[in-house]
Parts: sequence; C-alpha cells; structure tokens
Amino acid sequence: MAEIIVHRKVEEITPRRKYTIAVVLLLIAGLMTGLFVVTASHDAFTTFGLTPGGITRGSVPDLVLPTLEVLIGLTVLVGLAGIYQLFKGFGRFTNLVLGLSFFLFIFALLIWTASGKSLNLGGLLKGSLLLAVPIALGALSGVMSERSGVVNIAIEGMMLMGAMTGALFGSITKNFWIGLGTALLAGLLMAAIHAVLSIKYKVDQIISGTVINIFGAGLSSFISSKFMQTYEYLNNPPIFPRVPIPVLADIPFLGPIFFNNNIFVYVLMILLIVMQIALFQTRWGLRLRSVGEHPKAADTLGINVIRTRYMAVLLSGLIAGFGGAYFTLGSIGRFEELMTAGKGFIGLASMIFGNWSPVGAVSASLLFGFFENLGPSLSLLGSKIPNQFTSMLPYIATMVILAGVVGRGQVPAADGVPYEKE
Amino acid sequence: MANQPDNKQKPEVTKVLLEEIIDSPSKKKGRSGTGQAILIPILAVLTGLIIGAVIIALTTEDVYKAFALSFGDGLGAAWKAISTSYEALFKGAFGDPARIIAALQGDNPIELRRAVNPFLESLVVATPYIFAGLAVAVAFRSGLFSIGAEGQIFIGATAATFVGYSIKGLPPYIHMPLAFLAGAAAGALWGFVPGWLKAKTGGSEVINTIMVNWITFRLTEWLLTGPMQRPGSGGVPLSPFIEKSAEIPQFFDKPIRFHLGFFIALAVAFLVYYFLFKTTWGYNLRTVGANPNAARYAGMNIVTSTIVAMSISGALAGMAGANEILALNRTLALGFSPGFGFDAIALALLGNSNPIGVVLAALLFGFLRSGATRMMLATGIPIDIISILQALIIIFIAAPAIIRTIYRLRAPKIEDRVVVKTGWGGK
Repeated sequence: MAEIIVHRKVEEITPRRKYTIAVVLLLIAGLMTGLFVVTASHDAFTTFGLTPGGITRGSVPDLVLPTLEVLIGLTVLVGLAGIYQLFKGFGRFTNLVLGLSFFLFIFALLIWTASGKSLNLGGLLKGSLLLAVPIALGALSGVMSERSGVVNIAIEGMMLMGAMTGALFGSITKNFWIGLGTALLAGLLMAAIHAVLSIKYKVDQIISGTVINIFGAGLSSFISSKFMQTYEYLNNPPIFPRVPIPVLADIPFLGPIFFNNNIFVYVLMILLIVMQIALFQTRWGLRLRSVGEHPKAADTLGINVIRTRYMAVLLSGLIAGFGGAYFTLGSIGRFEELMTAGKGFIGLASMIFGNWSPVGAVSASLLFGFFENLGPSLSLLGSKIPNQFTSMLPYIATMVILAGVVGRGQVPAADGVPYEKE
Repeated sequence: MANQPDNKQKPEVTKVLLEEIIDSPSKKKGRSGTGQAILIPILAVLTGLIIGAVIIALTTEDVYKAFALSFGDGLGAAWKAISTSYEALFKGAFGDPARIIAALQGDNPIELRRAVNPFLESLVVATPYIFAGLAVAVAFRSGLFSIGAEGQIFIGATAATFVGYSIKGLPPYIHMPLAFLAGAAAGALWGFVPGWLKAKTGGSEVINTIMVNWITFRLTEWLLTGPMQRPGSGGVPLSPFIEKSAEIPQFFDKPIRFHLGFFIALAVAFLVYYFLFKTTWGYNLRTVGANPNAARYAGMNIVTSTIVAMSISGALAGMAGANEILALNRTLALGFSPGFGFDAIALALLGNSNPIGVVLAALLFGFLRSGATRMMLATGIPIDIISILQALIIIFIAAPAIIRTIYRLRAPKIEDRVVVKTGWGGK
C-alpha cells in the first residue's frame, strides 16, 4: 500500500518539555522576586538615557521609571506566563515566551541595578550592536557555507587575514576602499583554500577549517610582527566614517542606534535581508539548500553540486573577509595580533543558536554582543556581579540550546559530508 | 512486518561487521601503504620547510634590495637569508655541535650546561605538547573532535596551582603528585561535561568544547582577579607561588630547565598506548570511533565510551596545564599557554592519533618552536612562522593527494587513517 509521508517542520511539544519550561518560567519569576523586588528600595527611580553619547540627531528625553512598581509589574508578568504554561501551555509559542521572559529578567536586572541612578540604555544598545557586527558577519558567513553542506569553522582565520590585509593595504594606499577590497580578497583566498581542500581533496572539513585557522593566525601575526609593528605607517589605516542615513537617522530612539553608523552596519542589514530572501524565497536559494540537504538528489535533478559548494564557500569567505575588515577599518583603526579574539567562533555559535537561518543567526549575534557589553555597563553602576559572569551567559546558553532543552535545530542534513559522484 | 528486526539474520550481520573491524585494513594493505604511512609525514614536514624557506626569502628586505642589483645577487641573498635562518633554527633546536664538543673537552660546567641547553630546552617545550597531543588523540580515536584541550589545560593549571599553594606542610612525594592529579581531575571534569552532553543529548562536542573554552578563560580571569589573586600583586592577575613541596623537580642547575615532567609525559604516553591498543575499553573506544554503527550492533555502549573518552582526553590536557605550572612557571598567569591546546589538534593529526606518533610529533613541534625562538632572536623572523609551518604540514598530511602529486607517489589501495566524523547533528 502506498504511503504518503508528510514531513512537518513544526516542533512537537512533549508534555515533559511543557512542564520543564513552566518550572523554568516560575523559577525566573521567583528569582526576580527574591533578587530584585524584595531588595529594591521604595520611592526610588531609575533613569534610562535613550540616546547614545555624542549623537544629537533623533535624541529623546530620558525615561524615568519608578523602580519598585516596574519590577513588581515585570515579575507578575513572568509569573502569570509560568502559571499559564503550567495549566494550558503556549504550544508553538513556548520558545518565544521563554525568550521574552528571559528578556524581561534582564530588563529587571538593569532597572534594579540602576535604581536611584542613571543608565544610558541607548549607549548600551548601540555598543552591543557594534560588538555584534563582526559576530553577525561571521555567523552569516557560516550560514552561507553550511547551507551548501560545507562546515566552515575557518571563519576566525579568514577574519584575521581580512583584518590584517585591510589594515596593511589601507595604510599603504591611505584609502579605506582599497583596504576593504583587499580584505575581501584575503577572505576569498582563504575560502578558496578551504574549498579546494574540503571539496576537491575531500579533507575532513573540520580539519581543513582548523588548518586555515592556524594558518590565518600564523600568517597575519607573522606579517604583523615582521612589518606592521615595526613600521608604524604600515599600520595606520583610515577608518570608515559614520554616515547618518537621511530621515531614518532622525527616528527617535531607533535612529541614533541603527541609522547613524558606518558602512559595515548598513551592509550587515542589507546582507541580512538579501540572504534571508535569497536563501528561502528564490530558486538559487532552493538549489543551494538542496545541495546541503541531499546532494545526490540535487545532482540527479541536474544541479552542479561541486560548483554550488565552491560558490557558497567563496561567498562565505567574502563575508568573513568583510567582517575581518570591520576590526581594522571599521572600529579600531590598526591591526593587533589575534585581534579577532574568538569572534569567528562566537559567530559559529550564533549560527547554530540561530538555527542556520540569517535572521536567527544575526539575532543570536546581537544577544552575544549585548552580554559582552552588559558586564562593563553594570560594573560602572557599581554592580557586584563580575563582568566575567555576564559575558559567560551566552556561552552557557549556547550549550543549553545545543543540548536540545529549547528544541533541536535544523542542521543541513549533508553538512560536513564531502560529495562523491558515483 | 518491515519494522520488526529479523532475528535470524541479526547474528550474521554482527559477525560480518565484527570481521570487518577486526580484519583491519593494516593486514590487507599493500607494500606501498605501509611505507607511505611513514613517508608522507616526512615529505609533509620537508615540503613545509621548503615553503617556509620561500616565505622567509619573500619577507626579507635584503633579498629585494639584492634583486634590484642583479638576479644572481638576489638568489645569493635569498640563499643567505634562508640558510642563516635555518641554521639558527637548527642550533636553537639541537644546540651547536661544535660548541658542545668544545664544552665536553673543556672543564667549565657552566659552559657545558649552556651548550647542551638548547636540546634539553626543546624537550621541555615538547612536554606539554605530548600531554595535550595525547588528549586530542584519544578523542580522535573515539570519533570525537575535541577543541577543548586549551580550556582543559587552563582549568588543569588552575587546579594544580590552587592545590600547590593552598595546602601547606605536605611532604613533596605526596604534595607534588596530589597537585598534578588535581590538574588531571579538573581537566577530566571539563572533558566529562561536553562528553556527557554529546552522549546524552547529541550536542556537538566541537561547539560545546569551544564554549567551555571561553567559559574557562573567563572563569580563570575572574579567579585571578578575585579569589586566587596573589596578595600584593597590585591588580595584576597572578596567583600566589606554589609551595616548594608541590614543584616538579628540575634535574640540573640554571639555565637548564629540563625536568621530571618529560619522563612523566613519556610514561603517560605508554599508558595511553596500552589503554588504547591492549585493553577491552580501548578496543571498544576505537571501535566506536571507527564505526559507531558496527559498535552498536556488537552491543558496545556508545554513551559510556564517549563519556570515558572525553574524560580521559580532558584529564590528559589537564596534566599539560599542571605540568607547566608545577615544573616551570610555579605561578598561574593569564597568558601562560601560547595555544598548546590548539597546536595539540595539529599534533594529533600529525601523529595519526597514535600515542607513539603523537610523541614524535610533539618532539618535532618542541624542536621547531624552541629553534624558532632562537631564530627570532638571531634573524628577526617572527616565531609565528612556526604556526604557518604547522598549518602547511597538516594540510599535506590531511590531503596526502597533494604530496603524492608533488612527489609522484602511487596511491595505496586502502588508506589507514583515522577519520573524524563531522557534522553538528551528533548522529
């Protein structure tokens, strides 16, 4: 008898998971009560500055909140969500509610810490965005390559090479556009090595990626300490200036944060939209994904698997090279050895966190950027929580997500498997 | 009907699969295969050194100046740059033969120690590489790609330091092993967590070990600026010095740092070899790595095997960290590891995840790194050239087809390489 199998992408919510999440929600509410509501002082106010420092366009007056009242409100909200989950359940919105509650917890933490003081929320968010840019570009680079079935843990090495070449040629020509161009080229070359090794020679893709990371770190440090640290004029590239976008930059609150940046932030936004549409709405994207899911079937249908993978890996290298250029041409203005400091790896984690989708990956990167920025901001307010612990949170969250507590991700089925034509 | 396993066929399937594992390719292999297993690493190192020479020539300014004069001068200058660099590399790695002979004939003990120091220093540098390389090799053998050695080294060093300075008044023969084992235990715990996650939930050990690394860096940073900070260090993230009784003894006077840890490393390498190839657990572990489906059919416990492999791997990496603290540094600082854990991945690949191969590869890295330090002092070539060489060597070993093309070797019929299973899904 013929059977029709319908594959559904809808995640099944098991009763056990339902109750686990209810308990988690109630725990969050409990924590909020114990940590914040009980200890908050009466009649205190929390002031949030909403415009990042140094920007005048689109500025808004400070937001003043009564600390205790808002804290109680937030706690009740999370508690109610927990009770609803216990008895009825949010169904497919479970993860969303969990995420929102987590967000409310962080917001409560901010209000509580800044009680009686003032915190520049706009500055905090903008700083987070800027910290997230290289992570997000790394994550998009990963999405590009892995959707075609090639694991790319070489993002870190590609970024380092991009950062180094960008700084070197930017300094020589005194032109950030040429610097950016060479950075893209460097990323492309590193990706070409990865592509040849993993597609042509069928080297284990994680080994190939590791090799490129070692090679990228080695070569960029070598050239840096041989030339760039000795001759200062070789390590002094011009930086892309901040360009406010007309009209959009004047939007209150959002404008100063999102639309008053340099080109890297805008390209990231455009890339995000383009990739999301291209991967999921176009024939090109369908083909790319089919190569990553089931290369043999794709090949049978006449899609050139090898060529598609080469293209995806090379594009991935371009994005990583661009992300690398951000360090030297977009923010710091000089190359330091190993300056990417693991951002490529965090990008990789964001990609997994974001379920191999551009929007998910970039959202996860923003989260990483936020936590990176949160610690120092809190300690400025005299918080007793060590920086190191707040910046640890996203790493722990990634492990929790990988462990399937929040549901399994959708890994491209043929990710990491070299294609051999029969 | 289709869903029910055919009981009559099952034993036969198991038998066939087991035969496939037991009848390992090494027995069927042709003559070219055995030779190439040794030949390819040697050619890979050689080719790496040749490309390294080209990089040295290309980045020396004198070479360009000489080429501007004439082509012959250019070649001469290039040759001079390469030969002085590699001479310094050799002398830094093994010592100057002429100087050693002269010192042996003379009777100045300080001069003799200085003359033989480069060779012994290379062994000192190789020691953490042996431990860390073994750590990654054990994980590779069981089909796990662990990037966590670096974090495990950090936590191992942290634990060893803590036991080293906080417990006082113990005799050395108890305190030193205790501190060393504390490092191993901490590393084992750090390996256990990703191993457990992999076995129970299928979460990729690659990402989980990367995350654990970062958590560990932050944790040690916090410990060194808080609870474990040396009193009076003025805000510098340094731990107190360990007690004399916790130190791994060095054999000779200054400047020789050669210490007992090297022999501990060799002994541990032998134990790992014995465990992997002579015990049932080791056999299970290798089978799970080579063919998890076959292992499952044969009734082996993949969950236990994965957890055991990751814990042992972590313990070995922890020993690398403990060794560095107890034998050399004697205090914990943030940047004490120049990336031993990441180089260890290269080592395990180079040594084909075989303990003997790993020891040889670690010695090679020790000689290279120690020689490169001298080369940097003598010729100004940054030590990072070693990373480039390492990357090239691994490329050639991981893709032997490149080496075969260059040197026109014939491909063996069956290759005996440990292949790491990839992908994030944890199937």
